[in-house]
Amino acid sequence: MYDGGKIIFGIVVFLALVTFPIWFNVAVGKTDFAPDPKIVTVGEQCMASGEYMKRKHMDMLDVWRDRVVRDGQRTFIAPDGKEYEMSLSNTCMKCHPNKTEFCDQCHNYLAVTPYCWECHIEPKETTEVANGN
Amino acid sequence: MGIIISLVAVIALTLVAWIGAGTLGLHYLFGVIIPYLALAAFVFGLIYRVVKWAKAPVPFKITTTCGQQKSLPWIRHNKLESPFTGWQVFGRMLLEILFFRSLFRNTKMALKKGPRLVYGSEKYLWLAGLAFHYSFLVIVLRHLRFFIEPIPGFVMAIQNLDGFFQVGLPIIYITDGVILAALVFLFFRRVINPKVRYISLAADYFPLFLIGAIALTGILMRYFEAFKAELIAVKELAIGLVGFSPVVPEGLDVIFFIHLFLVSVLLMYFPMSKLVHMGGVFLSPTRNLANNNRNRRHVNPWNPDVKVHTYEEYEDEFRELMKAADMPLEKE
Repeated sequence: MYDGGKIIFGIVVFLALVTFPIWFNVAVGKTDFAPDPKIVTVGEQCMASGEYMKRKHMDMLDVWRDRVVRDGQRTFIAPDGKEYEMSLSNTCMKCHPNKTEFCDQCHNYLAVTPYCWECHIEPKETTEVANGN
Repeated sequence: MGIIISLVAVIALTLVAWIGAGTLGLHYLFGVIIPYLALAAFVFGLIYRVVKWAKAPVPFKITTTCGQQKSLPWIRHNKLESPFTGWQVFGRMLLEILFFRSLFRNTKMALKKGPRLVYGSEKYLWLAGLAFHYSFLVIVLRHLRFFIEPIPGFVMAIQNLDGFFQVGLPIIYITDGVILAALVFLFFRRVINPKVRYISLAADYFPLFLIGAIALTGILMRYFEAFKAELIAVKELAIGLVGFSPVVPEGLDVIFFIHLFLVSVLLMYFPMSKLVHMGGVFLSPTRNLANNNRNRRHVNPWNPDVKVHTYEEYEDEFRELMKAADMPLEKE
């Protein structure tokens, strides 16, 4: 092998870069962390299935925002026929007022930074069941 | 012909993952075994290729230059286009690797009325190449969020910058659009120009289609409601793979397995195809050698060990005879 020193240096750099996730997780990682969103609600069930909400709540909120802000339409008819007010603060956050223990659990885990709170006021954190609104 | 073969190959690979992970439910095979094999093939294949190149002797410095070489002190030396020292070579390589400098010099010829031959600069290939490579890099770095926990600041910074315009929800990443546009350009460049089409092979189209399919499946999973992936499960799988304790969580869809399988194929294909220019760019002898042939002797490594007989030795051998014949001697 010619220029062995340089070649080996290059290969070491390549290996260090490719294995970055491995040694990063070993060194400073918290790989056993699993997000555990806490649900502290009075409502018996969400307006849609948990499976739907897990993957697609952002699409629903996007549609809600457009309907409310652009069309002034505030009533949402859920798949089960019930009517809800399209409101993040008043409808969603009524059942899920614990932003840190609910929203942030998965969002931080996946580096998702939704800009909800640039317009909406962040809720006062409570872990109590929200009642009597 | 190459186009059709490549397209059929990419569709067939998609179907393999579709049937394998979707219909037959071989989640462990497509989620764990194939990605591991692919990564091993990528890492060891690339090292193998690099070591093989490093073993090839360079009989002569074959630097390509396009600037004034180092000469007399009053002639201005072009340090980057005709590097003389190691650091000048380093500067040249840096510009080559980060900014594709040699591609920037691309020219085209055209025959105008007259007939008159005109040369002009041709920057589109350079621009599309740069756009493609940097988009790819940003996309790879963004994907780190699935592999590491906690997610470091630089990944967040890249992703925030990539979603700078805050269009749509989820926010549309600039690189997702740019990489598709660049791929489309690079494809049509091969197809439209008859001369380029003539020299294009299946090995040129296949990577374009493969990377295009990877980008499209990724885009479908991110932006289209019907294909949304369950990201928690994706991260669980990725972290498990990285920590060598793989688990296949529930909730992974066929489209995710297609995406993962195509990436695995890309990794396996990498060292045995033209894509290995990722390592090769560092080892191009026309770029990484200093143009100092006239100053420093470059010994051809395969030169045989020649037994020489110098004049001093000759004189020592025949001194007495030469003296007797009255021949001039250097040493008495």
